[in-house]
Amino acid sequence: MRYSLSSLIANTLNGHKSWPVAWRKAEPRPAYDAIIVGGGGHGLATAYYLAKEHGLTNVAVLEKGWLASGNIGRNTTIIRSNYMLPGNTHFYEWSLKLWETLSRELNFNAMVSQRGVINLAHTPAQLDAYARRGNAMRLAGVDAELLDRAELARRVPGLDLSDGARFPVLGGICQPRGGTVRHDAVAWGYARAADRLGVDIIENCAVTGFTFDGDRVSGVETTRGAIAAKKVGVAVAGSTSEVMRLAGFDRLPIESHVLQAFVSEGLKPFLDTVVTFGAGHLYISQSDKGGLVFGGDIDGYNSYAQRGNLPVVEDVAATACAMFPSLSRLRLLRSWGGIMDMSMDGSPIIDRTPKPGLYLNAGWCYGGFKATPASGWCFAHTIAKDEPHPLNAAFSLDRFRTGALLDERGAGATPRLH
Amino acid sequence: MRIPCPVCGPRSVSEFTYEGDATVTRPALDADADAWFAAVYQRANPRGPHSELWHHMGGCRSIIRVERDTGTHAITGASLVSPHEASE
Repeated sequence: MRYSLSSLIANTLNGHKSWPVAWRKAEPRPAYDAIIVGGGGHGLATAYYLAKEHGLTNVAVLEKGWLASGNIGRNTTIIRSNYMLPGNTHFYEWSLKLWETLSRELNFNAMVSQRGVINLAHTPAQLDAYARRGNAMRLAGVDAELLDRAELARRVPGLDLSDGARFPVLGGICQPRGGTVRHDAVAWGYARAADRLGVDIIENCAVTGFTFDGDRVSGVETTRGAIAAKKVGVAVAGSTSEVMRLAGFDRLPIESHVLQAFVSEGLKPFLDTVVTFGAGHLYISQSDKGGLVFGGDIDGYNSYAQRGNLPVVEDVAATACAMFPSLSRLRLLRSWGGIMDMSMDGSPIIDRTPKPGLYLNAGWCYGGFKATPASGWCFAHTIAKDEPHPLNAAFSLDRFRTGALLDERGAGATPRLH
Repeated sequence: MRIPCPVCGPRSVSEFTYEGDATVTRPALDADADAWFAAVYQRANPRGPHSELWHHMGGCRSIIRVERDTGTHAITGASLVSPHEASE
C-alpha cells in the first residue's frame, strides 16, 4: 500500500485495523545475487539503492538483532555537509541532496527538518577558519553564512553571549540547509522501500563466517544456515573489526569507541536550530517532543559496551550549561551509548577489499547518520559496478598504505581525537 | 570506570589519557613502509580482552599497561611499563 492522504483517511475511518505490515519477515533463501551484512541505516539504504538504481533485487539484508537496533537509532539525528576537503565535501553534499527528497522517494515521512546547523566561534582565529571553511563550501556549491553576535542572539535566544561567558562567543558559521531527521523513520523508510522492491530483510541472523571459492567470496555462514552469494557487502559500523576478522582481515585501520548521547525532559520551544560549541565538543537540538537531544566527545578508549562512563556525562552536561546557563537545572531523561567505528584519519571507507566480491563500508566515526543516503547510494554503486563511484573514490581502504589520507581535523592516526 | 594504578591505587578514568593498543610495537627506523603502515594504522580492535596503555596524566604520570575487556569494561590487571619499554 502506498501511504497517502486517502490511505490515512480510509484507515482512520476503519479504526486503523487494516494497515498492512511495512515489510515482510523474510526467511533466508539458499542463494542471493548480493548479501548486505548489517540491517542498520547504511545496510538498508545500500539494499534499497541496489534494487532501485541497479536493478539488483535478489538481495538479502542480514541483521544479527532486530532491524535498526544499532547506531541508526542511537544518534543525535543531525544532518549537514559543512566539510572542507574535496573528497568529503561532494560526498556529504550529495547525501544532503538525497535527504532533501528522501520522504518523497521512500513514500515515508522521515521528518527532514532543515533548521540550520550553527557552529560557534570563540576566538578570532576560529572565526577566520570558519570564513575559510565557508568559502571552500560555497565554492563547492554548498550553502554557508557567517553570523555575528547580534545575529546569533536573534537566532539562538538562550545562548550565553555575554563577555562573562566561560568561552565568550565571537560569532559563528551556519549551514542553513543542515538540520535534523527522524532517525528511526530513516531505517523504517528504507526497509519498507527495499522490501517493496523485493529485498529480503532477515532479522536475528548473525553472520558467523564467510565462504570463499579461492579468493573470491561465495557466501556467508549464519546462525540460520549457510547462504550463497555472488557478492557480499559488510556495513556493520562498530562491529567491523569483529565481522571482517571472520573473512580473514585480522587488522584494519579502525578502533571501536563508545559515544554517548543524551535526551533531557521535555521543554516548551527553546531551540529551533542545531548549535555546536566551538571551545569544546557539544551539539544540541530540540526534538519535536520538546526534549533537548545532545552529545559530545567519545569516551576515548576501545569499547564495544554500548554504554559509557560518568566523566563524559559530566563533561557534556557542563559544556551544555556553559552554552545555555538556563539549562543548569534541567533533568536528563535518558543517556545511551553507540559503538563508533573510528577510522585512523576520521574519514570513512567505502571500497572493494583484496578479496573479490567482498566489499566494505566502515569507519564512519561520529558522522555516520548524516551520510546514510549517500553511503548506501555509493556502496550500492561500488557493489553493482565492482568499482567505486567518483563520489566515494577517496574513501579507499588502501589510502592508509598509500598515504592519500583524508584527515579533515588534522589529528593524525589517533582515532580518539577524530 | 576506575583504573588500578600500581603507584596510586584505584583512580577515576578521568585522570588518565588513553594511549591505545599495547601490543603494537614501533618498527626499527630503517624498517620498510609496510612495517610502519602496520604499526601506525592497523589494529586488531578485539571485542573482549584487550591489552592497552594508559598515561596517568592527572596522577603519578606513569605509563600503565592495563588488561581490560572491551565488551564489559572489566579490568583484570594493571602493571607499570618500564621506562625502556615505554620509549620503544
